[in-house]
Amino acid sequence: MSTVVKIPTAETPNYLTEERGILSWLLTTDHKRIGLLYLASVTFFFFIGGIFALLMRLELATPETDLVSPHTYNELFSMHGIIMVWFFLIPSIPNTLGNFLIPMMIGAKDLAYPKLNLASWYIYMFGGIVALYSMARGGVDTGWTFYTPFSTIYSNTYVVGAALGIFISGFASILTGLNFIATIHCMRAPGLTWFKLPLFVWSHYATSIIFVLATPILAVVLLMIAVERIFQVGIFSASLGGDPVLFQHMFWFYSHPAVYIMVLPGMAVISELVAAFSRKRIFGYTFVAYASVSIAVIGFLVWGHHMFVAGTSVYSAMYFSLLSYAVAVPSAIKVFNWTATLYKGSISWDTPMLYAIGFIGLFTIGGMTGLFLAALGVDVHVTDTYFVVAHFHYIMVGGTIMAFLGGMHYWWPKISGRMYPEGISKLSALTVFLGFNLTFFPQFVLGYLGMPRRYAAYPPEFQTLHVLSTAGATILGAGYLMPLIYFFWSWHYGPIAPPNPWRATGLEWRTPSPPPKHNFEVTPVVTQKAYDYDAMKEELGLV
Amino acid sequence: MNSLQLLPQTASTVATEWNWLFWMLVAVCFLVASGIAIVLVYWAFRYHRKSENELPPQIEGNIKIEATWSIIPFVIFLGMFGWGAHLYVRIEKPPVNAREIYVVAKQWMWKLQYQTGQREINTLHVPIGEPIRLVMTSQDVIHSFFIPAFRVKQDVLPDRYTTLWFEATKPGKYHLFCAEYCGTKHSGMIGWVYAMEPQDFQRWLEEGGSEGSLASTGEKLFHQFGCANCHHFDASGRCPLLTGLYGTEVHLIGGKTVVADETYIREKILHPRGQPIEGYLESVMPTFAGQVSEEQLLALVSFIKAIGPGAAALPRSSSGTSNVQFGQQKGIAGPGATSISGSRPKDR
Repeated sequence: MSTVVKIPTAETPNYLTEERGILSWLLTTDHKRIGLLYLASVTFFFFIGGIFALLMRLELATPETDLVSPHTYNELFSMHGIIMVWFFLIPSIPNTLGNFLIPMMIGAKDLAYPKLNLASWYIYMFGGIVALYSMARGGVDTGWTFYTPFSTIYSNTYVVGAALGIFISGFASILTGLNFIATIHCMRAPGLTWFKLPLFVWSHYATSIIFVLATPILAVVLLMIAVERIFQVGIFSASLGGDPVLFQHMFWFYSHPAVYIMVLPGMAVISELVAAFSRKRIFGYTFVAYASVSIAVIGFLVWGHHMFVAGTSVYSAMYFSLLSYAVAVPSAIKVFNWTATLYKGSISWDTPMLYAIGFIGLFTIGGMTGLFLAALGVDVHVTDTYFVVAHFHYIMVGGTIMAFLGGMHYWWPKISGRMYPEGISKLSALTVFLGFNLTFFPQFVLGYLGMPRRYAAYPPEFQTLHVLSTAGATILGAGYLMPLIYFFWSWHYGPIAPPNPWRATGLEWRTPSPPPKHNFEVTPVVTQKAYDYDAMKEELGLV
Repeated sequence: MNSLQLLPQTASTVATEWNWLFWMLVAVCFLVASGIAIVLVYWAFRYHRKSENELPPQIEGNIKIEATWSIIPFVIFLGMFGWGAHLYVRIEKPPVNAREIYVVAKQWMWKLQYQTGQREINTLHVPIGEPIRLVMTSQDVIHSFFIPAFRVKQDVLPDRYTTLWFEATKPGKYHLFCAEYCGTKHSGMIGWVYAMEPQDFQRWLEEGGSEGSLASTGEKLFHQFGCANCHHFDASGRCPLLTGLYGTEVHLIGGKTVVADETYIREKILHPRGQPIEGYLESVMPTFAGQVSEEQLLALVSFIKAIGPGAAALPRSSSGTSNVQFGQQKGIAGPGATSISGSRPKDR
């Protein structure tokens, strides 16, 4: 590879300094700036959703409902779920890091449709504002799952408003997915064939397929809720001649693949981190790449495992159970390959690697407890309990958020042109890891004991475990605040970052930090595979 | 602070197998997860970067290793699937001789009716050592009937019957939870299940008192709603004979057959023109949707069951009149409480 790296000077404009002023941000079509717009937005929604979570945990510190009323509690968990799933987790990694990095990783100047990319941010924000507005007007108490007929007939809250917000922001997901697919197909640098792509790109490609294929189902089902609620057309409500279980089929036909929308980008980040901080090519690159695609495909065929006690037939339950075990295989393959990559590596303990190792551990626990839920007879007892809550938080929080934070630290020098403070960031990684486990591990025990989810009050024998969980949530909250503060500090005062502080192999590291507006001075020509340290050892100064 | 409990109560026939499967999964997952964790941490130390310019040997991957760690987990997963499915079938499939109790869920309470006429709210008394089958429906949203100590859970749906069965093994007081979020007081939709020695349960039934069996209530409703005007008990009416119907196959127009179970009977009362029956092309029956409550429907179902083929086993008078009477021995438990003097049920 022959990209000339220029050390940035005050005179060399980069994507941050090329244009200035608020309008240059609001009207930008630069994928990097749009990535930062998304970063600010998802961070905002993350802290809103986090405040809801903290209030819930405080309420649950005692068995009685003493801090908030049961109705308020129900609104808190509903809005926590809606905000976190649709306005934080789904856009978190793809729209920030994915947006910022995919064009750079494939040696392109931008995404295939830069204006569409900006449009997707506006659509997302509009949806977010509609959702927040309906929450401010009085909230919604249906849970993020909107189960019928409660959501269509019985709830007196702002269901249509919240659903409309999600409906609108869904279009942002679809546009992002289309944009990524077109970009990865058409804009790869000369010589960059599919199996030379970084695994980050493979995993985002798989995510994009789900974005495009699954999100329209969500749009349809939300519209149907609105139609039934407003016009009393019987679709899901038995009293109007509909079928409430039909809703669950349609909802989970989107929402189970959406779980993979949330975790595949996390896996994308982890593949990059493990390679960079072991200074090794990912063990079994091809298998990891295909694992992403098979997760995306099989992920469409397992939705019924959310409904094992919903009155579906025994045979359909067996089908969904078997396929749920099948989808666990590619996830297991990934975990084994990441772990094997460490073997005989040159492992550094920089903060991103701490997050990556934390991710592998927590994702393993999250994935393995999924094996419990896929076992039909076991699921009967633990479904709809805190076991499920703990399980998906191990995937979504222990997995996706750990990956997001790890990725933010890894690419922060590229994004900001500055280094983050290593000491305190290691402390924050440790705090997040410990706080997370203290919050959610007791919830596995609670669910095993039979504590149902979505309970504002609970029998007193569950209190000790709830208090542990609440204490953990407080620590976790502090762990999340620390990066927010030191990233702000670093943006202004951090040490200037070199173009490739980690001596990593990706194309994004062959351009200045921060990159120029069009990413590369000269379009790179790719001759070697991904993570090819041998081929690049001279350039990277490795012996 | 309350005492910390770390093991759930185990008080049903399926709960023991559940415990075995659960702890097998814990053991397998603990072994694998700790193996991964140990290897990760060990290698992270063992291969910690020694110099800034270090270039480790590059290892491409190995198809044999990939195949090994793809196939072995899959085989283990198949084992988990098999055992999980086996337990599920056990949990889902009730024994034929189960005692039936009817459950109507509404925001935010559980209403339970015994065949012998007793009613309870948010409490359920059951004998140990006897299979209990709950036939459940909801008046409004979806609820879920959950007894952690028995490891059973079943969603309760509106406009449909779902069933759940268990056999308690240990006397005691156990939590009953609603496990499907159902609105404001979801966490208040809880109660207790009392599992009792059979003789204690019998005593409880007798002390509980009732206004006649559920089937007798159903019979009164049968006359009150005018059903008996057309559905005679001797096949002389212009509508299908209901005596001996329950559990038999009904031939529909178009060649299909359905089993006349609880769901079918409920459906026929509410939507009689839904599935036309062979020989009754022109349905003359009006719909009772909106006129009859879920509890009344269950009483009617109970009545139809009582005059079903199984009724042959029940004591009845010799004459074959169309007069069917129930509940002559008020408040007395057991099958004897349902005494029938009616037409002889048709054999299957």
